Amino acid sequence: MNMNPKKGIVGFTSDCIRWSLSGGLGFKLYIVILLALMGAGVYAYTNQYQHGLITTGMSNIVSWGLYISNFTFFVGVAAAAVMLIIPAYILKDKDLHEVVIIGEGVAVGALVMCLLFITVDMGGPLKVWHMIPGIGLFNWPSSILTWDMLVLNGYLALNTLVPLYILYCNYNNKKPVGWKYKPFVFLSIFWAVSIHMTTAFLYQGLPARPFWNNPLLGPRFLASAFAAGPAVIMMVLIVIQQKTNYLIDKNVFFKLKRIIVASAIINLLMLFSEIFKEFYNATHHSLSAQYLFFGLDGHDALVPWIWTAIGLNILGTLLFAFDPTKCNPKYLMPAAISLFTGIWIEKGFGLIIPGFIPSPMGEVIDYAPTANEILITLGVLALGILVVTLLIKPSLVILQRFKELNT
Amino acid sequence: MDSRKKEGQMKTNDILEKKSTRRSFIKKLSIAAAAGSAGLVAGGCVSTGETTEEMGLKWEEYFKKNYRMMTDKEKDETVARLEKLAKLQDDVNIQMSNQEPREKVLFGYAFNISRCKGYMDCVEACVKENNLDRNSKTQYIRIFEMDSGQQDPTSGDGKYHHEVPVENKYYMGIQCFHCENAPCIKACPTKATWREPDGIVVVDYDWCIGCRYCMAACPFWGRRFNWGEPEVPKEELNTKQHYLGNRKRMKGVMEKCTFCVQRTRQGKLPACADACPTGSRVFGNLLDPNSEIRYVLKHKKVFRFKEELGTDPKFWYFMD
Repeated sequence: MNMNPKKGIVGFTSDCIRWSLSGGLGFKLYIVILLALMGAGVYAYTNQYQHGLITTGMSNIVSWGLYISNFTFFVGVAAAAVMLIIPAYILKDKDLHEVVIIGEGVAVGALVMCLLFITVDMGGPLKVWHMIPGIGLFNWPSSILTWDMLVLNGYLALNTLVPLYILYCNYNNKKPVGWKYKPFVFLSIFWAVSIHMTTAFLYQGLPARPFWNNPLLGPRFLASAFAAGPAVIMMVLIVIQQKTNYLIDKNVFFKLKRIIVASAIINLLMLFSEIFKEFYNATHHSLSAQYLFFGLDGHDALVPWIWTAIGLNILGTLLFAFDPTKCNPKYLMPAAISLFTGIWIEKGFGLIIPGFIPSPMGEVIDYAPTANEILITLGVLALGILVVTLLIKPSLVILQRFKELNT
Repeated sequence: MDSRKKEGQMKTNDILEKKSTRRSFIKKLSIAAAAGSAGLVAGGCVSTGETTEEMGLKWEEYFKKNYRMMTDKEKDETVARLEKLAKLQDDVNIQMSNQEPREKVLFGYAFNISRCKGYMDCVEACVKENNLDRNSKTQYIRIFEMDSGQQDPTSGDGKYHHEVPVENKYYMGIQCFHCENAPCIKACPTKATWREPDGIVVVDYDWCIGCRYCMAACPFWGRRFNWGEPEVPKEELNTKQHYLGNRKRMKGVMEKCTFCVQRTRQGKLPACADACPTGSRVFGNLLDPNSEIRYVLKHKKVFRFKEELGTDPKFWYFMD
């Protein structure tokens, strides 16, 4: 391991940059692919910026699409870091304490994606300053969107500053001082719940859209987030375990698996409760659900997606619940991918698009994203993955070095 | 960006030839830079025909306040700027008003479902009066053809294309209901949409960031978004405009029915009510006990659409 005698902020920054960019040919190729995707996204965005959102598949009926769907889902991924923070800091779990920083890195990447998805969805991105209190007008507390802006940016700050402080201390071979960061850790636990509840309230608070106007939405968001988020973290951990020499205890996988199974089962239970309510005595308010699960008036674009999602959801849950291999990464990876993809579809466009169909005036149309829209989405996803990669790499080096110096 | 560079270069060459002083060089360079950034704000590219004056105006427009925060003087200035910009950019002479609401006026609307024959003259008049985008065929008003025995327009036909009236059908017009308790106003993160003292729910197009949360919040589908750059043929442009009403919209902002604020604040009827050949549309001041709308509300059997949502629309339906 690189034993660097440098100290202070300058050394910390330059070393972090060096560590995050160094790697073999495979790593370089991976970075180049991410950069290429981002480049394509930027190109597609200039197109959208010039011609307007007419370049997307959205319309006056389905007025939010792929961007807001992904935004909603990744808020959940960001919130899921708390499922590592609670056991690590409150239950003093040693195993999970080792990987909590990875959860926080994933949260930062997810939040960057969320904020970017909101930005690319805006009609007037240059006018965002209208939202800044003081120079603009901030419709707080009335607009839930302003609440969401506050909690997302606050959570981003918490998840950046706490790990930064700990890493900086470790870099200088010091132990972080508890009172300096612990209060923020506890704050971030409540904050994680609040980002996802607030995002649910964005939709839940609209009587105009019966599909969303449902008190179960917030709790279900949390349950699905606490299944999909740790699934992402598990995927990242498996990659780290196989590609680096950073040691990850087998217990970590075991504990993560337990969290995932519990959350996934609660999520499925709530999904079942919703489906029962929509279909046992179907009303006018069930039309969106009917559109989603079975199609309506000959429009059924989402039907294959939602059944795939439910299939993957159940499959992932079962794979995690009955693991005969006792946490073999080769077994856990497909299980995590299955559950993650299932929830991504179901809570992304499976939740957002049907909210708009039928329209308040009863019209039924299908929504399909355009190629341009998909390119922008892929660009944002690539940026998020890049952020996670570049954050986690130097963190692992610092943590490893600190451990070696102290044994 | 390219043209900005070119402009800078051109200026530099110019200066080298003339061997002018350093001060004028800096001055010209700063004009070029300002022009470039103004162009960036206005849409990403500087068109060749754009003058410095135009860019300066756009620059000031970009940094102006929300309409409600402006002083009377600032309101007059922005209206004057927009008139000048219309002349410079599109070569049209418009008259833009920023007329305030009148005292003791609260506008309300009533729609006679037993009279309307579905001719859609109101829709056409609205499109012309409010300079609605012809590209996307934007309409503020929609007429639903309904079977007798129905009362919910969501089960009616909003896209009929045949000779009217059809026997055993009746017609129901839907537009923004200017709710007293409007969910769209609550939703807007920047206070770009609000209820005026005379009850009209308006949008400050320049302040709207285009997040479309209001659109998701409206239970009546009363709002329209400019997905592309809206277009109105020059010869069809209504040049009598209001800042909160039918002035030129831009891509990426929300718009909606304003009860024709440019007309109704001058005591005229909205274009739809004016154009209706059957007299199905009643518009007036709810605070005036002698108004026709008050007569309708008192003597007719009236109902409102989706009343259970508690938004308190100022738009009633009634029968003869």
